Amino acid sequence: MPVLTDDRRIGTVPPPIPPGDNGGNGPSEYGSSFPISKGQIGVWILLTAVVMLFAGLSSAYIVLRGVPAWQNIELPSLLWPNTAILLLSSVAIDLARRAVRRRDAQSMKRWLIAGLVLGAAFLLGQVAAWRQLVNAGVYLPSTLQSSFFYILSGLHGVHLLGGVIALVWVLVAALENKITVFNYERLKLCALYWHVMDAIWIYLFGMLLLS
Amino acid sequence: MHESHTAEHVHHELGFVRKYIFSTDHKIIGIQYMITAMAMAVVGGLLSMLMRYQLAWPQMLSPTLAKIFPISYSGGVMAPEFYISLVTMHGTLMVFFLFTAVLTGGFGNFLIPLQIGARDMAFPFLNALSYWVFLLSCIVIFSALFVTSGAPMGGWTAYAPLSAVPSAAPGQATGMTLWITAIALFSVSGLMGGLNYITTILTMRTRGLSMMRLPLTQWSLLITAILGLLAFPVLLGAGILLMFDRLGGTSFFVPAGIIMGQVPIDHAGGHPLLWQHLFWFFGHPEVYIVVLPAMGMASDILSTFCRKPIFSYRMMVYSMVAISVLSFVVWGHHMFVSGMNPFLGSVFTLTTLLIAVPSAVKTFNWLGTMWGARIRFTAAGLFAIGFVSMFVSGGLSGIFLGTSAADIQLQDTYFVVAHFHLVMAIAPLFAAFAGLYFWFPKMFGRFMNPLLGKIHFWFTFIGAYCVFFPMHIIGVGGQMRRIYDPTQYMFLVPQQPVNVFITISAFILGAAQLIFLVNFFVSIFAGKRATERNPWHATTLEWTAPSPPGHGNFGEELPTVYRWPFDFSVPGEKEDFIPQDVPATVTARH
Repeated sequence: MPVLTDDRRIGTVPPPIPPGDNGGNGPSEYGSSFPISKGQIGVWILLTAVVMLFAGLSSAYIVLRGVPAWQNIELPSLLWPNTAILLLSSVAIDLARRAVRRRDAQSMKRWLIAGLVLGAAFLLGQVAAWRQLVNAGVYLPSTLQSSFFYILSGLHGVHLLGGVIALVWVLVAALENKITVFNYERLKLCALYWHVMDAIWIYLFGMLLLS
Repeated sequence: MHESHTAEHVHHELGFVRKYIFSTDHKIIGIQYMITAMAMAVVGGLLSMLMRYQLAWPQMLSPTLAKIFPISYSGGVMAPEFYISLVTMHGTLMVFFLFTAVLTGGFGNFLIPLQIGARDMAFPFLNALSYWVFLLSCIVIFSALFVTSGAPMGGWTAYAPLSAVPSAAPGQATGMTLWITAIALFSVSGLMGGLNYITTILTMRTRGLSMMRLPLTQWSLLITAILGLLAFPVLLGAGILLMFDRLGGTSFFVPAGIIMGQVPIDHAGGHPLLWQHLFWFFGHPEVYIVVLPAMGMASDILSTFCRKPIFSYRMMVYSMVAISVLSFVVWGHHMFVSGMNPFLGSVFTLTTLLIAVPSAVKTFNWLGTMWGARIRFTAAGLFAIGFVSMFVSGGLSGIFLGTSAADIQLQDTYFVVAHFHLVMAIAPLFAAFAGLYFWFPKMFGRFMNPLLGKIHFWFTFIGAYCVFFPMHIIGVGGQMRRIYDPTQYMFLVPQQPVNVFITISAFILGAAQLIFLVNFFVSIFAGKRATERNPWHATTLEWTAPSPPGHGNFGEELPTVYRWPFDFSVPGEKEDFIPQDVPATVTARH
């Protein structure tokens, strides 16, 4: 019979319990202390899944770029201003995040609205870029690269649309004065999601350009 | 969580619909997952019975079946297309809708909060949503059996271009579209579940429950959720591309110059092997998404019924981590005969054989746990031992198949069928049965009949070996994996009696599962009441909760953990087990 003498396993008594704390998810607890909140972990996990989705699709892109039938398309020129708008929207949302840390609620609301408008403008701009491509006679099945362009930009747009919906939710909370310096995690998480979507778009755009 | 909030959680009452149907309680969701998966298993099992019947007596007229399936049995004999649909639907239902669903969705939901001392999952609403999306995907895949053009025929792997061109075969029209839709919904549901499992296990462990005090079931579910998080999005992405190939006219997986049914296909430039790479990048981790929770549950149950700590807890954890990391770099071993560069093949051989190391560590640790133990042969304990047996039997043939030189001979024969059924179907099935017999009293407050449980075990154990062991022999003899009529080749005719033996064994194995189903559903209402909270004298936290646990699981106060989950037969103690929430009164040093 094995004799267990490792006192990390047996007989270790946890330190006294802080009053009013019944265990579970507090960051101050022995053993189960986990310094990151549920919401933050949840968003990071979600982002991991999104990154894996685009990683899988870009591996397909890279493989198919090597086939003889590959044909590059002229990417719509609107993508450049769109990318700039998306970058500005990220800046606006981050300024909102900084404003709440300065306890400047008015400025936070203004920047949130600016971010939302810019985000929506990006999505509309992407649709316009699709129109530009269609007018040039390049459709979804035209070439492998055009198929990839429509699908990658479309999937990215769907994910950013999710971000826009989340931002509306944050903005509603902000207008109801529910977002304060003590309670702005949803704004922080929304900004995080938005920045990653931003980075994914720049990555996708670069990949499409560098063919 | 504050006291007042907790009290509210424990006491408020819900109506029947909110409590048992649209529930956000992890226990209800877990049981919903289990029962849905069982229903899918019954369908998938019946399909395999039809397949076995066809393989044993391929030319025989079957008027009864012709009455049930007038189109598929027109003329009294099964149509070859129908057989391929059966192969596809059986594989899909069993891999996704039974094993993935019951092990992570069912046991994961039921056990995670209970074993870590939490009141519910981190995101209960998302959890309920995950079940409803899963149910929707079940309905979609089930409906694929009834479309007029027939059920999908691409195999559970849906290889392109067969899956990418709707005119490739009758079932590849609507049936295949439904297949992709169902798998996409399933992926989304799995991601919602995985998001919950990881967050819950990381952030909601009760006081004192450090990571190295987690039961192995929890470790396995955490690692499984991470695997699913990394693998399912790739399948989803591949499925999106496949759907566009079918409906949008793109050519990701369809090469130029393909002719289907004498009609040239208007696609150009795609790469059918790309689908295989993307699919197996998901598909191999998927094998471990099924096997890891089975390993974790079998470890905990084995230890409980051996009344001994699990042999080398830390190595058990590290080997699961090693298996999961390696599972992402072995997918090429499914593609040795795809025209892959032999040098690349030997790299995949190396990584594949490396997985044998952590798997062997686990096997020897299970044997070490059983060594010299006074094993209690309950139904759950027997099934846990059966898991080890099946895992070893199925795993050993994996060494042959993982070696590219041998695989070229064995690829797509019944040797492969024998291997993957034993290692990733029968072994997880045994672990799931062990888990159901073990946690049944906690789920429903009653016991399953132990005698029927043992009868079920012996029929299933012997039956599974009689079905799958001879398949190695006919596989080496050359019988092809998806063959519809083995007697069409002279060289296969002499081994036809083995096919008959397998089929009869399969019928007995299938019938034995009725014992389980009757036992399960009758015991929910009429089983012996579980008066004790901890009938098996186990150590983990779920056994400190009432049976069945109420909403909020643990009453007013959450348990505190003082020790690891394997304090069995501690020398000098009166009882042969010490639950995790028992404080150390005397020093445990000896």
